[in-house]
Amino acid sequence: MPVKTYAEALCQSLIDTCEAEPNLIFIPAAFGGLSPHAASFRPFYARYADRILGAPIAEIALCGIGVGAAIGGLRPVIDVLSASFLYQGIAQVVNEAANVLYMTDGKTACPVIFHAMQGVLPGEAAQHNRCLSAELWNSPGLEIVLPASPEDAAGLWKTAVASPNPTVFMDHQLLMGLTQDVPDHVDPIPFGQARICREGKDVTVVATLAAVPRALEAAERLAREDGVAVEVVDPRTLVPFDEETVVQSVRKTGRAVVADETIRSCGVAAEIAARIQERCWGVLKAPVKRVTLPDVPIPFSRPQEAVVWLTPEKIAQAVREVLAWR
Amino acid sequence: MERVHELLGRMLFMRRFEERVIELFEQEQFEGHYHVYNGQEATALGAMDAVPRDDYMYTTHRNHGHLLARGADPVALMAEILGKANGLVGGRGGSYHAAWPEGNVPVTSALVAGNIPQAAGTALAAKRRGTGQVVVCWFGDGAVEEGAFYETMNLSALWKLPVLYLCENNSVPARYRAMGQYPSSTHAAPALTEVVRPFGIESHAVDGTDYDAVHDLVRQLMERLHRGEGPFFIEARTSRWPGSYGVWPQLTGGRFQIGWVFDPASAPEVVREWTTESDPIVLLARRALERGAIDRQGLEALDREQSTAVDRVVEAALAAPDPRPEDTFRHVLR
Repeated sequence: MPVKTYAEALCQSLIDTCEAEPNLIFIPAAFGGLSPHAASFRPFYARYADRILGAPIAEIALCGIGVGAAIGGLRPVIDVLSASFLYQGIAQVVNEAANVLYMTDGKTACPVIFHAMQGVLPGEAAQHNRCLSAELWNSPGLEIVLPASPEDAAGLWKTAVASPNPTVFMDHQLLMGLTQDVPDHVDPIPFGQARICREGKDVTVVATLAAVPRALEAAERLAREDGVAVEVVDPRTLVPFDEETVVQSVRKTGRAVVADETIRSCGVAAEIAARIQERCWGVLKAPVKRVTLPDVPIPFSRPQEAVVWLTPEKIAQAVREVLAWR
Repeated sequence: MERVHELLGRMLFMRRFEERVIELFEQEQFEGHYHVYNGQEATALGAMDAVPRDDYMYTTHRNHGHLLARGADPVALMAEILGKANGLVGGRGGSYHAAWPEGNVPVTSALVAGNIPQAAGTALAAKRRGTGQVVVCWFGDGAVEEGAFYETMNLSALWKLPVLYLCENNSVPARYRAMGQYPSSTHAAPALTEVVRPFGIESHAVDGTDYDAVHDLVRQLMERLHRGEGPFFIEARTSRWPGSYGVWPQLTGGRFQIGWVFDPASAPEVVREWTTESDPIVLLARRALERGAIDRQGLEALDREQSTAVDRVVEAALAAPDPRPEDTFRHVLR
């Protein structure tokens, strides 16, 4: 199997889905963002230029056009680039797309894909670093996809394109260079199936998106330095959420840490921690610990930015704390 | 003669339908905010009679008249307003979100300007897929204050989308309806027809109380849209029914009396001026009477007929079953 970057695997999946789905269009398309790996998407742009509509900077109209185009039989991908920009169009995502099927009693489907890169990047400060998966999870009617590996990006993309529901597909600029052995053409990966990224018996770390490789780094270090076996579970999609896999893992280890880049209060980690406590109360040997962004806007300056970053060190520290709990 | 008779009948049906909606709300048969279409009947009928059923329609929170004019089943619409299981969308939407997916009214956003980019998107889909369909998008004058409106006008003009943007300005005093410019207290533009012109979108104003004027204009523009022209913008001007001024609709002046057509002075003072100058039913009936196209007896019989028809609609809708609580979680996702 060839070694591919996240960007290369996703690019091939874009090409595969364009080939299979003639109604798939992109308004506009800027995969990879400002990452050097954005260049890896050139084969897709070269081959399917006719599927990409250049568009003005008009998020609320474009998100609404995605809703209407999906209703009209296209498979539109509305690429808002950064998740932070999704706020400019959020009404059409959470209050229109998410409600279409329900408000029409199942009669009108709205298979639009909203694509954005989510996650904190160095030097991007307060307004370009927003992580929206908690807000989106608070809006029933949306599927939320957070691919953390090259194969997941490619396979989950295929499922997103085939899905009859509005789907928010959020990749991460810092994951674009991640490499993995992947087949030339990745099979679709069903939504609602968590991936056990690393097996372990002592502590479960549930991690999403950029927190996944950081949790794996922390697990590696804990194995080496402390002789602790950490199990890393990536839910891969928040909606649908694979509660069973998470619960089974925590029942095995008895301890859980949740790592996710949304803000602490009412964040994704808070929701996952609550579910774990509801289902695993009797077997938990320590309270579930969260590793998140703190309740503060993202500062620009390096020493302050370092305080808020979600790091492997913070995950390792949280694991040590749940192990030390008496 | 037949035509004006039929047209008056359909307008009276809409009026009696909305009066019953207000009464049903006051009888606590349903809850929540709602909006009625009184005074705009000629606009919906004139437009919808010129729009083929294969084309799409997007409506708003003030949708009852649009849906009736489009040909939706009145029992299913009333049942929807009452939240019944056999409502147009299973009681899920109510008055706010009444839609008719089977009649190419896919979904109803009740947020001001929420439907405008959606209409553009459906037009984009029709254009790219080559289905030949056109989209009619209704909204009120308030939507022209929203940012989404301007972003969508820009995109529609750039991509030459086959959409008829049909703005119902129901805030126009009678004397301004037929004039070229009407200033708005909540918009800086000298007239709403002006706001799309910088985008190169052809714009028209029409008296929304005049069925023929609306019908002729919409028919011409629909033909041009089907030939690949567009988008187009219409401002249909009507004057707000006094009962629609408050936060909640009120049956101000009581139920419409057909006698007001013959003796406007007999209308209660609160609705007298509006009835005389701006009620499309009164205006049309008076013209028909002057031409001898209908007589008093005929008009009274027509009104009784339509009132009875609406009574039957209400009866059937009230008798319909409620949705089942156990179905609450259906259709969140497919």
